Amino acid sequence: MIPAPFTYQRAGSADEALSLAAAAGEDAKFLAGGHSLLPLMKLRFAVPEVLIDIGRLRELSYIRDEGDHIAVGALTRHHDLEHSGLLTRELPLLALAAGRVGDPQVRHRGTIGGSLAHGDPASDLPAVALALDATLVARGPSGSRQIPAGEFFLGLFETALEPGELLTEIRIPKPPVPGWSFQKFTKRAIDWAIVGVAVQGQRVALVNMASAPMRAAAVEEALAGGAGPEEAAAHAAEGTNPVSDINAGAAYREHLARVLVARALTESAART
Amino acid sequence: MRVNGTEVAAEVEDRLLLAHFVREVAGLTATNIGCDTTSCGACTVLLDGESVKSCTVLAAQADGCEVTTCEGLAGPDGQMHPVQQAFHTEHGLQCGFCTPGMVMAAVSLLAENPDPSEQEVRAALEGNLCRCTGYHNIVRAVLAAARAGVREGGAR
Repeated sequence: MIPAPFTYQRAGSADEALSLAAAAGEDAKFLAGGHSLLPLMKLRFAVPEVLIDIGRLRELSYIRDEGDHIAVGALTRHHDLEHSGLLTRELPLLALAAGRVGDPQVRHRGTIGGSLAHGDPASDLPAVALALDATLVARGPSGSRQIPAGEFFLGLFETALEPGELLTEIRIPKPPVPGWSFQKFTKRAIDWAIVGVAVQGQRVALVNMASAPMRAAAVEEALAGGAGPEEAAAHAAEGTNPVSDINAGAAYREHLARVLVARALTESAART
Repeated sequence: MRVNGTEVAAEVEDRLLLAHFVREVAGLTATNIGCDTTSCGACTVLLDGESVKSCTVLAAQADGCEVTTCEGLAGPDGQMHPVQQAFHTEHGLQCGFCTPGMVMAAVSLLAENPDPSEQEVRAALEGNLCRCTGYHNIVRAVLAAARAGVREGGAR
């Protein structure tokens, strides 16, 4: 399978990426690792006219301790997140979840920013960003702005990024309480989650339970009211709207959400 | 880009995939194209020393990089790489279609982790499918290569 024709451009800096995007208009896409975008282009679900390759912008690949938060450059690869000592110590949820994305080859190419900006509800890291209460930093022609993760994911492949805006950094507060867990249910090791759950402290986020990644508000409310893992997890499917597809029906996904949230909350509690 | 240590320069279409560049421009056909959907791993090559699925990388993205295919592993005298030798000795292949990708994934694993456990080998090969389901001997081969590599003071 071969993508439809497009013009390939490579940016040498974030500034150049922004000016190339401004010149190319709405039919341009940024290309980071390409492991979400290129498969869609091969299937012709995505047909951008211009690809702006930002994959070599080393200035956007870093993991820094900023005191009260960790700053992760948008082009940091899953492989680097997985093997970061700093993340393993401070944000083990992110390190572990990154190591469960795809397979080693995918993790050698795919980036955290690419995964978040792609806005696929079946991807792991968007839900992790919600559970970690991350803030996303985007740069556009008129400067930088910060977008809370809770306001970033708008729908299927739809985010708060404007055309021509480039996701540059993910800022993640150091968790005030230590409990965390990541659960992912797949048929084969490399598959997207049929359902996934990310828990950090009292925050619970779901993978693939609606057209966008979402917090499990009813579970969080139950936890805040003193419910235990099983009792809180009984609310996991409330407010969700899962699809029925080749992998699972909606009712089965709702069942999985309750089971996986119970496992996640139990594991998280054991880590506090 | 440099492919197996040799400079390969060509004007190509923007949308040309690395897998097709390697096979059709560089003329190296060990790299197989299996699923074409980033699933099977048959097209695995090393890009600057790390395993990637070449059906999901544009040739243009590899511009100026170092690409290694299965043809590039053997020594100048034709002596097989320890991973190739181990696949031969342990019979780590049946039909052979997945083998070049398996070998490259194994080389990448051993470069990062020269002494993996069996569980680590199985996890590291999660992105490579064997349609003959011959995983048992493949895992044995990678473990044997790791032992041989340790004996020889590291994989070449």
